[in-house]
Amino acid sequence: MEIIMSILAGVLFTTGVYNLLQKQMLRIIIGTALISHGAHLFILTMGELKRGAPPILEDGIENYADPLPQALILTSIVISFGVTSLLLVLAYRASKENGTDNMDKLRGSEND
Amino acid sequence: MISNLAVLPIVIPLIAGVLAALFHKKLKVVRIYSQVLTLINTAVVTYILFYVHQNGSVVLESGDWMAPFGIVLVADMLSVALVLTTNIVAIACVFYAPKSLDEKQEEFYFYTFYFLLITGVSGAFITGDLFNLFVFFEVLLMASYGLIVLGGGKVQLRESIKYVLINLFSSMLFVTTIAFLYSVVGTVNMAQIAERVGEVEQTGILTTIAIMLFFVFGTKAALFPLYYWLPRPYIAPNPVISALFGALLTKVGVYSLIRVFSLIFVHERDVTHEFFVWIAALTLIFGAIGALSTNNIKLVVAYNIIPAVGFMLLGIGVYNSTGFTGAIYYLINDMIIKAALFLLVGAIAYLAGTSDLRKMRGLIHHYPLLGWLFFISAFVLAGIPPFSGFIGKLILLQGAMEANHIVVAIIGLASSLLILLSVIRIFIRGFWGEKDESIIPDKKAARGFALPVAFLLFFSVLLGVGAEWFYPSIEGIGEYLMNPQNYIESVLKE
Repeated sequence: MEIIMSILAGVLFTTGVYNLLQKQMLRIIIGTALISHGAHLFILTMGELKRGAPPILEDGIENYADPLPQALILTSIVISFGVTSLLLVLAYRASKENGTDNMDKLRGSEND
Repeated sequence: MISNLAVLPIVIPLIAGVLAALFHKKLKVVRIYSQVLTLINTAVVTYILFYVHQNGSVVLESGDWMAPFGIVLVADMLSVALVLTTNIVAIACVFYAPKSLDEKQEEFYFYTFYFLLITGVSGAFITGDLFNLFVFFEVLLMASYGLIVLGGGKVQLRESIKYVLINLFSSMLFVTTIAFLYSVVGTVNMAQIAERVGEVEQTGILTTIAIMLFFVFGTKAALFPLYYWLPRPYIAPNPVISALFGALLTKVGVYSLIRVFSLIFVHERDVTHEFFVWIAALTLIFGAIGALSTNNIKLVVAYNIIPAVGFMLLGIGVYNSTGFTGAIYYLINDMIIKAALFLLVGAIAYLAGTSDLRKMRGLIHHYPLLGWLFFISAFVLAGIPPFSGFIGKLILLQGAMEANHIVVAIIGLASSLLILLSVIRIFIRGFWGEKDESIIPDKKAARGFALPVAFLLFFSVLLGVGAEWFYPSIEGIGEYLMNPQNYIESVLKE
């Protein structure tokens, strides 16, 4: 199970990086979203996947899921959600102001 | 009870920022409020520094969760000294802000973002938990995203996209690295990670993780070859925001490098630390060349961030207590002087009406005070005695010599010359020369700009002339970093 999930995270990373290297702004943002999904899935996988076990540690309980990765993912999801929405607004404003969403044309010169 | 001290430098600016949002349109009130709150916070941090100096590290186990399980905040000498420096920079910036920002920008929650930035930076310095470090990185980045788009000009929006993208990507890499590390050592508490990495003697997979972490922090700290994103976004916003960025953001990356590679990954130094020394040399060379490559005075200062980071990395790479002492001395010096320089070139560009060096001349006739302040800053930056830059570089190069890295020490000296050339060029071309009659001098504005800069330079001179007072404490930090056991024991209390 962990292997499959790791491969899936890897696929998400590759597609994300591919999109990140495009010129169109929206594709880049989709790329970052895919990469964050990959990262989140990866945290979950790294904490070992177990089904049907509660995340509780008490005396006498043998079978439990690790609660820490879940807490980490939750934090990380909230952050990447916020950044992605900010990035969308920013990209919209930047493309409006500059009149293009092509990253090649958004280079700028030395003295501006 | 006393352990709660550790959380104050995070909580005070956080609350201050939230409250500042409530009356963001009443400019007169919010200005004075922010200035007073910054001063109070600095006073509190000074007290904490004093306390830590006397009694040793303050460790707070938040929510009374015992050390390896909950989030710990560790206020040791290194973190508190850096938080205090942050606050000194913050004082200069908050007094400079009303003169530099226009009212619309100030109204749009400048002070809220400013306080949140301080929160994030202080938090990153104080936290003792790797995942919490990521969270505080995000706090300060979020605040910086808010600041960098403030005003929303064409150039600014264009550059901030690049800034947000590179930081988002490196943050995701950071999370992935933490996941790797968690799966290997099963904890995110820095002290416990250090202990466990020590127990297994840093196997191959851990060294790989170490290099991944280096790339994450290297991107944030702007090291060769990961610095390409830095110069342009840093000069796009208002000078006061540039100063906050230039002084604080990359330095958080450097601090993280110091912490991680003095505490956790210290067992395979042939691979990691040896690699850092050469990266440091390349950073020094390319940063200095970058600073010489442009006629835009703001860009010159922004490029100068890069060789400074190279110097600090050199201190980490040589891995001896002299090296760490030098890196920390230089780090503190550099936070102050970068803020001063950004504020100065902002003032010059504003008063001369351009940031193109070819179009300005003879400014010293109109603004003698600014001119001489710039002259001193250039000397501090290049490391000429008796200023603080000299002491920092001296100790660093001494550390490099002790570790037999003579070639890199020579590269450091040579790049210092290039750095001096790059900034003194601004002084020669911009301040010397015939008087430009077309400029109508704005003496009042110039004085307003000069005061916060003079305040910062006072500390630079103090750190240089009074090196004997500060050196023993900073040397103490250097030795403390060489013995990770101290940190581990203070957190885990065995």
